[in-house]
Amino acid sequence: MTAIEDNVLTLDPEEARRARQERLERIGKWVLPLAIMVVAIVLWDRICVWNAIPQYILPRPGVVLQTLHSDAGLLFSSLLVTLRITFLSLALAVIGGVGLAVLFAQSKWVEMSFFPFAIVLQVTPIVAIFPLINIYVDNQTVKLLLCAWIVAFFPILSNTTLGLNSVDRNLRDLFKLNGATRWQQLRYLRLPAAMPYFLGGLKIAGGLSLIGAVVAEFVAGAQGQSSGLASRIIEAGYRLNAPRLFAALILISLTGILIFLVLSLVSHLILRRWHESALKQER
Amino acid sequence: MIQEKVAETPAASGEAPMLLALRNVGKVFSNGVTALSKVDLAIREGDFLSLLGPSGCGKSTALRLIAGLSTPTSGQLDWRGAIDRSNIGFVFQEPTLLPWASVFDNVWLPLRLKGVSRAKAEPAVMEMLSRVHLTGFENAVPRELSGGMKMRVSIARAMVTKPRILLMDEPFAALDEITRFKLNNDLLELWQDERFTVVFVTHSVFESVFLSSRVVVMAARPGRVHGELPISAPYPRDEAFRTSPGYAALCRQASDVLVDAINSTAGSHHDGH
Repeated sequence: MTAIEDNVLTLDPEEARRARQERLERIGKWVLPLAIMVVAIVLWDRICVWNAIPQYILPRPGVVLQTLHSDAGLLFSSLLVTLRITFLSLALAVIGGVGLAVLFAQSKWVEMSFFPFAIVLQVTPIVAIFPLINIYVDNQTVKLLLCAWIVAFFPILSNTTLGLNSVDRNLRDLFKLNGATRWQQLRYLRLPAAMPYFLGGLKIAGGLSLIGAVVAEFVAGAQGQSSGLASRIIEAGYRLNAPRLFAALILISLTGILIFLVLSLVSHLILRRWHESALKQER
Repeated sequence: MIQEKVAETPAASGEAPMLLALRNVGKVFSNGVTALSKVDLAIREGDFLSLLGPSGCGKSTALRLIAGLSTPTSGQLDWRGAIDRSNIGFVFQEPTLLPWASVFDNVWLPLRLKGVSRAKAEPAVMEMLSRVHLTGFENAVPRELSGGMKMRVSIARAMVTKPRILLMDEPFAALDEITRFKLNNDLLELWQDERFTVVFVTHSVFESVFLSSRVVVMAARPGRVHGELPISAPYPRDEAFRTSPGYAALCRQASDVLVDAINSTAGSHHDGH
């Protein structure tokens, strides 16, 4: 009784309302999306039953889950193929994006000269470029990698370039005053300053490299030599095997979410001590 | 003890050797603005010299010229003896710390850039941190510190190379008054112990008089030296000095010169401070 009275005494109605609101939001952040998801799945199932929709058009969620289990060997080996392309191309995007950004940062002239090419690569739809790549490149893996790389490297290049150029002017003067070499300035000032920007780009590129890997395989799939998740989807489509199609789709979505979560965690761990973006979450 | 310190203060003798002379120095920016015109200024070893003036009088430009961050359009800077950049410490208006680096790493930075390893730099860094009363904070990152503490780190970083001349560009302007007074006292203490030369840019009459052995008043459009006021009050100066009639009289004097400098600018639209 006294505890409640104390509470009433120390918190005025406005603050109490705010505290209650914050508590609700904290819970709602997790519960709401999950609840909506569950409702959607149940609704999906009911619609299939009520309308007697045949399995080859829209399978019930339970059937999809069953397929995920029964076709696990096939699907997961395909997932592995797709993941290999995804991570290889993400790694190449990081190397290429950061490398080019560092090169651009060396001189305004280099940046002015070459940045337009990067934009051209970015804005041209990969599906339209692929036939060319198909002519010039023989190796299937290299083809897919190239495709996924073109899609994924731009956000890293663009963000890192922005970061490398956003160094505080006074800090630049400080390094100049202390006779820092170009390399020291890059190593101790510009690269750390660009880190939050780079990590932002990496989060986008992570998703894009998965999309790139799937799209590339889709376009290349006409040749029928690949065995990633995209070719499973095409194959299942031809055979009207909708449950497997859905299962493959779910795997791709989950992979994308997982990549995003992992990269967000990495970003948070690296920035949590000093960067504003990471501080809010701690409060 | 106090008497001894006063006698030891180089500026008190007035006979200290010249460290730097600006001769007829002018600076014109590429947009046509004359930032400085015909500046003659002699800085002696051990001086605590304040550049006092309204905004736009070129005091920061003068500081950047001395630091070598900018080159004069006309005239020259004559250093006595060889001076390289490691002999110059610079404190900016903002603390200008590396936000991702610890206090230790921030103070270590100038030495690190000269190739001094962490282990070798440690005694010097820890000594400087204790001089600015930040012992125990070496592992904190800047965002965990208050504004005054960040400025202390900035001063420690500037002093860790034992520079002959410390250039300060309105370092305490953004701090609250209590913190500013505290840092004023600590800076004077450091200066008296180490006997480096200070050029201190400020637009505060009170701060310049409290700290300096000489106040150089500048006028704007074009930026130029308007007048100079020796502050002969003995060091150490403490809180008693801050409230003494002598200090008030000196502030009055400096303020008169400053008002005169502001009025001397033809067609002045200066809004004052």
